[in-house]
Amino acid sequence: MIDDPKKGMTLIVKTITRLTVGLILLFGIYIVSHGHISPGGGFAGGVIVALSFIHIMLAFGKETTFKKVKESVASFFESIGAIIFITLAMLGIGGGYFFFNFLAKGEPFRLFSSGLIPLYNMAISLKVGAGLFIIFVTLILFRVSKKGEEE
Amino acid sequence: MLDLQILLIFMIIAALIAVKTKDLLSSVIAIGTVGLGLSLAFLILKAPDLAIAQLVVEILCIIILIRATIRRDLPFSASGRWIFNTMVTVIFIIVFLIIGYICIKDLPQFGEPIMRVAQNFLNNGLRQTGATNLVTAVILDYRAYDTLGEATILFTAVMGVLAIMRNIGRKK
Amino acid sequence: MSVYFLCLVLFSIGLYCILRKRNLIKIIIGIMITEYAVNLFFILTGYRMHGRAPIHSEDQAILNMVDPLPQALVLTAIVIGLAVTALIAAIAIRVYEKYGTFDITKIKRLKG
Repeated sequence: MIDDPKKGMTLIVKTITRLTVGLILLFGIYIVSHGHISPGGGFAGGVIVALSFIHIMLAFGKETTFKKVKESVASFFESIGAIIFITLAMLGIGGGYFFFNFLAKGEPFRLFSSGLIPLYNMAISLKVGAGLFIIFVTLILFRVSKKGEEE
Repeated sequence: MLDLQILLIFMIIAALIAVKTKDLLSSVIAIGTVGLGLSLAFLILKAPDLAIAQLVVEILCIIILIRATIRRDLPFSASGRWIFNTMVTVIFIIVFLIIGYICIKDLPQFGEPIMRVAQNFLNNGLRQTGATNLVTAVILDYRAYDTLGEATILFTAVMGVLAIMRNIGRKK
Repeated sequence: MSVYFLCLVLFSIGLYCILRKRNLIKIIIGIMITEYAVNLFFILTGYRMHGRAPIHSEDQAILNMVDPLPQALVLTAIVIGLAVTALIAAIAIRVYEKYGTFDITKIKRLKG
């Protein structure tokens, strides 16, 4: 990452961020994918994934972050998460009712068990993570203009 | 449940500090303490899913609030009819607490819940869904429609924030 | 039962803050305190004495689990609280840019 001393925080914060932000993302993906075995699930995991990107933005400033993650990519992932969730729910109508869990149940305590629930968790985490990142970027980038200037 | 009562008294003291202090940054930090105390209370009440979710959501709320309040302190002075307004509010809250205390006596005893619907989920949850985490089985299989509603709420919040912060001062 | 009453005291602190404060950020803080108290009250009604967390384990059969249904509802409520806080903070920032103050008694000009 670019090490511009005028933008972002001090050198100590930037070094620690470089070391730990990949681990935070990996931990978020772990909590999402093991949502049906241990505590966690899609919502908490999605917020952790969003927090890892917010961490990069707080430590390095916004120009460096936007070279890595663009805003249109985040908007695309949020829509993909919602579309996958609805499509998996609609596919259940053929089997019985809305949100019918039609894949094989498997045996407990395995990663690929309990039918559609891991796929639902991943779709929810995409949606929550990308949405919260967009909210944060919008609130930060609002620049102060002089009072009285409109439109 | 002595540890739960001590934790609740700590949360009440922190909430009083958050309400009463005049510095905005100090009150945001105090509300962060209330949220962390709530996460510990969820752990004492044996709800680990909620403890993780409350912790990370609290961190995000503090980041958003600090962004809104930094360098924006304004001193306030008490306007007219202050004593009358405060007296009416305090009397209203005392009446609310008395009626609440009378209603609490009708609840079942703390520690013996009536689980008519949840007993069905506990007995058949592992066999019918295959998930060992029963809270995930409830929100994504037995009650997945509520999760669809929640995803819609998050989507609406993102659209609302984008619609409010449009126009002037966006990044060039 | 005193645990329920302490939870109600926390709710009334938040209610006092919403009713009596003039700063918009203090009103947001009051809303957050109220929401924490309500979530805590839901989980308190579903607790069983010496119960276990509602997660099956590999080597023993657990018979006394706490109620999983309020936990599922409160998980949704926590994320909804986050959405409300983000939206109201966006409104607060916008109000400050337009009026120059957070005081709610001075925000009275309703322009079209």
